[in-house]
This record gives sequence, structure tokens and C-alpha cells, in this order.
Amino acid sequence: MDLNFSAADAAFRDEVRAFIRDSYPQYLNDKIDEGEEMAKEDFLAWHKVLAGKGWIAPAWPVEYGGTGWTATQRYIWSEETARADCVRLMPFGLSMVGPVIYTFGTPEQKAKFLPRILSGEDWWCQGYSEPGSGSDLASLRTRAERFTGDDGKEYYRVNGQKTWTTMAQHADWGFFLVRTDPTAKMQEGISFLLIDMKTPGITVRPIITLGGEHEVNEVWLEDVIVPVENRVFHENKGWTCAKFLLAHERTGIAGVAASKRSVERIKQVARNTEDGGDPLLANPFFKRKIAELEVDLAALEYTELRTLAGESSGKGPGPESSLLKIKGTEIQQRLTELALEAAGTYGAPYFRSMGEGDNSFAVGPDSARRVAPVYFNMRKTSIYGGSNEIQRNIIAKMVLGL
Amino acid sequence: MDFNYTEEQTMLRDSLSRYLANTYDFDTRQKTVRDGKGWNPAVWTAFAEELGILCAPFSEAHGGLGGGPVENMVVMEELGRAIVLEPYLNTVVIGGGALKAVGGAIADELIPGIIAGSVRIAFAAYEPQGRFYLNDVTTTLKAGQLNGHKAVVEGAAHATHLLVTARTGGAQRDGAGIALLLIPADAAGITRRDYLTVHGTSASEVYFENVAVGDAHVLANDALPLVERVVDEATVALCAEACGVLKVLHAQTLDYAKQRKQFGKAIGDFQVIQHRLVDMFMEVEQAVSMTMMATLKLDTPERAAAVSMAKAKVGKAAKFVGQNAVQIHGGIGITQELAVGHYFKRATLIENQFGSVDFHLSRYENLTLAA
Repeated sequence: MDLNFSAADAAFRDEVRAFIRDSYPQYLNDKIDEGEEMAKEDFLAWHKVLAGKGWIAPAWPVEYGGTGWTATQRYIWSEETARADCVRLMPFGLSMVGPVIYTFGTPEQKAKFLPRILSGEDWWCQGYSEPGSGSDLASLRTRAERFTGDDGKEYYRVNGQKTWTTMAQHADWGFFLVRTDPTAKMQEGISFLLIDMKTPGITVRPIITLGGEHEVNEVWLEDVIVPVENRVFHENKGWTCAKFLLAHERTGIAGVAASKRSVERIKQVARNTEDGGDPLLANPFFKRKIAELEVDLAALEYTELRTLAGESSGKGPGPESSLLKIKGTEIQQRLTELALEAAGTYGAPYFRSMGEGDNSFAVGPDSARRVAPVYFNMRKTSIYGGSNEIQRNIIAKMVLGL
Repeated sequence: MDFNYTEEQTMLRDSLSRYLANTYDFDTRQKTVRDGKGWNPAVWTAFAEELGILCAPFSEAHGGLGGGPVENMVVMEELGRAIVLEPYLNTVVIGGGALKAVGGAIADELIPGIIAGSVRIAFAAYEPQGRFYLNDVTTTLKAGQLNGHKAVVEGAAHATHLLVTARTGGAQRDGAGIALLLIPADAAGITRRDYLTVHGTSASEVYFENVAVGDAHVLANDALPLVERVVDEATVALCAEACGVLKVLHAQTLDYAKQRKQFGKAIGDFQVIQHRLVDMFMEVEQAVSMTMMATLKLDTPERAAAVSMAKAKVGKAAKFVGQNAVQIHGGIGITQELAVGHYFKRATLIENQFGSVDFHLSRYENLTLAA
């Protein structure tokens, strides 16, 4: 056992630092700080830099475009990108459907989709939840009926409604769970389809969430025609892909490096914020909450490192990753609570996204400007990706055998 | 970065685990508790002679395995799994740790004795008014004479030596002016009031009245930094013991929830019980992670902060897992009959040993959260 970086790892860290310093599109952070709306090309700016460098998918196998990094190098990468405040990459292609395609897809699917995920050419969205199927995902009702087209080829006709579809407004492709056998019970009759979002019959409608942002959407599918070759894995066996994807999604979800960065920022704010004549960080109650959070964050970090060590010795991401999801999201939410508390009365003013150079209405410290919308927004974390209660069910069943 | 045990460490764990499973079952342990001496000398002899675990963290020059904190972690977790009463923590981790740190003739003389089982050391540092503060010392060493009162000295009654902090100068809570002494436990002028602790070990109030202390007994002057380091090493070892205790508490409670039937089904079928067991599981896993983290940081500049983080997390886990283990067992959990209650007692004492959760959070804040 040893926590130290080898000389090679230290050299890698220096290389990563230099690369980020020289290549990261810094204008993104100015935009975020100013509360400006992020356009699709903004989300993709960093993605494309990394794709050019060949560093866009460290977790993928090398043969599909991964970096071949060790677990330690991946840890260094996430630490350094968080330290430099790099924007997060959209996970839908890189962390979700990509691994499903290289694990379960046909050679044709791999050849068609994986390079375009890496390059950022295709923006993906996730068609899982439905109005009547949240935590009970397997009860989903979107139907896909198979038929032979006039051209003699096999197709599905898809009808139904998906919801909470994040960033579907930008999506070129979506991966959807659909029911292909209505007579089978629950998980048995579900298939995993890749659907071109420009297909006729698809309607995307925005849902505005508490912070005022447009992240999620309703997606309506009416007689949407999908070629059978866009099905991943066997018909009626899509639940296998769905479960695999959720476990994959959960490992990155701990968000340790970003939370470490975030707690540093809150401490900085608390040093510069007056509280009855002293710095807020000198307030014993506020300070204790920071200390407890840092303790819990360290516990999460080392639990994740143990999990990664287990993975690199051959075990895939197991149900233990549910622990990372639960604790990681609890910490992310506590951070937003602390930021809101630190902002004090200046947590209240609400700024709609301002145009460039238009900060005439800004009041209070810059650090306070977005804390309330972020606080409201981050309530999603304990709900999405399988709610934290569902994660407990998974651990109870898969780890504890209950 | 590497989180794996070496082959030697795995062997150490497996042989100790097997030995305890075969010889240190719950009934045998409770017999030792009922005997009222707080330990079983035959077990200690077996640790030294049959198992050779007492040599784990010592250098090969002293006859040891050449190990260190990781070896202590391995041993302590296994001892925790069997809620072992015998004084590995005080003798090997604390006494041995202090001797390793000072080195020299006295280490050469006594470490082989620790390894052989013939030297046993009790740690007489905390005082009745001092709570968890190692700098709060009223015991004095003046003109070669030791006077004072040390509180709840575990294992003093069966120790051959006492490791004592005493003030040679300065005021009651000054960091400077504290010496670390190692004196024979039967020196003239030492009196004890012996008693059993809640979980079955022995401890004593130790009184010093004009005890003659020569230069040879002084391990170090201005020794507070050394004492803090040794106690940090002990605190992490204690966290490892806690991990063993908590793993068993969780496993026993899980078993019980699968067997105990109410309302026509196993109570483990109820979601409220399932989620409680998951929350306990997560606390245990995080306690293990923090123990590992702090163990691996003992020789770094972050040592003190890392240890306090770990102890704060483990202390909370000990309370949460212990209390819920009893709660899920129901009435039977609060009897002497099942092992679970005795593991709960050990977990509860660990919570405050070497400092409570609040103490360690404050220490962490003082080290890292300056406004």
C-alpha cells in the first residue's frame, strides 16, 4: 500500500497541467461566471480540444479510442481538470451510450457511432424515464412494433413519451428504452434502440426547472420509424444494457474532484465574507459544517480510489458504485447549501442570463450570483441516475443479499 | 498509488484471523472477562510464540518483520473482529512506537522483550482534568522525583513498564516542558486503583508519589510532538480495530435480519430495515477507506489532519453502526447473551478513545481551516 505518485505519474501530472494551461478554452468559465446561456458549441468547445488530443475518453478501451491510462493516471486527470475548473463534458455519449455500444454493439454500430461520439459530431440524449416510469423504470410503456417496410427491410414503429431528457434540445441521436414485447413481464420485453433525433414524429418540448434553466425536456414519439439495425443487443434484452449503463454512470457520478474544488471556493468566500465583524470561516458553526464536509469528502474520495483499484484488478463497476452515487450527490447538495448560506441575503436576487457586457443590474458579490439557482438545480442529483432510495435498494439486494 | 496488501501482509492477516477463529471464540473471551483480570496471559504468550504477531511493526534488526503502520492496521482489524482484550495497542503500537521513535540503547533492550511477550507497556499520559488533551499535564518530574495522578491507564495492572508524560517545566497546558518517561511498573512510590472497563479490559488510576526517576528512564525531553505522533499512530490503529468491530456488527445484524421473523416474514424484507442496513454498510466502508487513508499518511506532513479526519469519521460510524445493530436486534441486543452487545460496547468506547468526534473535528479545524 502506498499513496505516492511514481516519477512517471508525477511527470504525467505535469504534462496534463501544461496541456490544460495551454489548451483549455478559458472563455467558457467567464461565460459561466457571468451567468450567460451556454450554446451548443460552448458545451462542445472543450470536448473538441480533447478529441484532437486523443484524451476525450480515458475510460474507454484503447481499441475504441481510450487513452490506456492507469487508474492512477485517470485519477490525476480528474483532479487536474477539476483544479483548473474545466467545464464538465456531456456524459451521454462518452459515459453512457459509448460503453454500451462498445460492449454490446455490432461491428457496424461500433464503426458508425463510436468515432462520432469521440469527435463530438453526435450529441446524444437519454430516453429512459417516462411520466409513469420514474424509479420503476422497467414499467415503461413506450412501444416499438416491428414490421417489414415496403423496401423489404425490418423496422420498428415507436410510439410513446419520454421525459427528463437532458439536453435533448441539442441532441442528434438518442438512446431509448422501448417495450418490444408487451406480453412479457417488466424487464423481459424491453429493447435498447438508437434513434436519430431528426426522424419525423419526434417532438422535443422544454421543461424549465427551479433555477430557471432549460436542461430537461419531454420527448414525444409518434410513429417514429427506426431501422432494426439500430437496436443494440438482442430484442427484449435491452434491460441488460440499461443496467450496465446505470452502473457505469454511477462510478463517475461521485464527482470527488469537482466537489473538492467547490469546497475550496466556498472556503475562499467564507474567508472574505464578514459575519458579525469576523470572517464567516471563523464562525464555529459554519466552520464545523465545512470540516464535516471535508471529512465526508475524503471518505468518499478514498472509497472511490479503493473501488477504482478493485476495478483495475479486474472487477467491473459493481453495485458498490451505488455508494459513490449516494454519498457523492449528498456532498454535492451540501456544498450548494453551504454556498447559499455563505451568500447570506445576497442569495436572494435573481438574475436572468445576462447578455455579454450587460451586468448593470448585478448586485452583491459575484460569488453570490448563481448560488440559489445552483442550489435548486442540484436537488436533481439525488433523484437522477436512479434515486438515492433506489441505490439503497440496489445495495440491499446485490451486496447485502436482502 | 497502490491499495493492495503485500503477500506477507496477507499471510499475517490470514494466520491471525484463523488463529482467532479457532481459539478466541466469544465464549472463551467472555470467560476471560469473568475471570476479572482483563486479559489472558496465555493468549499473549501465544501471540508472541505461536503467531509471532508482536514482532509485526518492528525492524529486522530488533527481531521484527520490518513492518510498520500497515502491519499494525492488519493486526488491529483482526483483533477488532474478535474484540480481543489483550494489549497489542498499548504495548506494541504505543510502547513499541515510542521506543522505535527514540531508538538507541533502550529500544535495543526493550523491543526484543515486547516481541517475546515479556515486556508489556501501559500508556499513562491522560489525566483526570485533561480529558483528551495530551498537553494538559500536572504530573511533575522535578529533581528526579515523579509526582501526580494518571487517569484510566489501560493494562497498568499487568504491565511491566509505564510510559508516562510528566511536566519538567512550564504551565499546566504548555506544549513545552513535557518529558516522556518509561519506568518499571513496580517502582517504589507507584500505587494503583485497579478496575475493569465497560468492555472487560483492566485499567487503573495510577498515582506517583516521589517515584525516583533516573536519566535512563527519560525517553525524551520536550516530548509533546513525539507523544502526539505516537498517539496519532495509535489512533489510526484504533480506527483499524474499529473497522473489525463494525464489520462484525454489520454482518451479525444482517444475519439476524435475514432470520428473525415478524409479521410473517423476515424483518430484512422490510425496506426500512434494508435501508438502515445499507446506511450501516456505507458507514463501515467509509470507515475502512478513512483508516487506510490515514494509515498511509502517517509519515507525511498531513499526518495530524489526516488522523483527525479518520477518527472523526470512524467515531461517527462507531456510534451509528453500534446503535443500529442493537436497534435491529431488538430486545436481545441489549442483553449480555449475544455477542452483538459486547461489540457495541467496544465500538462505544472506541468512539471517545484518544478523542471524541468533536475533539478531532476541532483539531482538524485548527490545523487546516484558519480564517
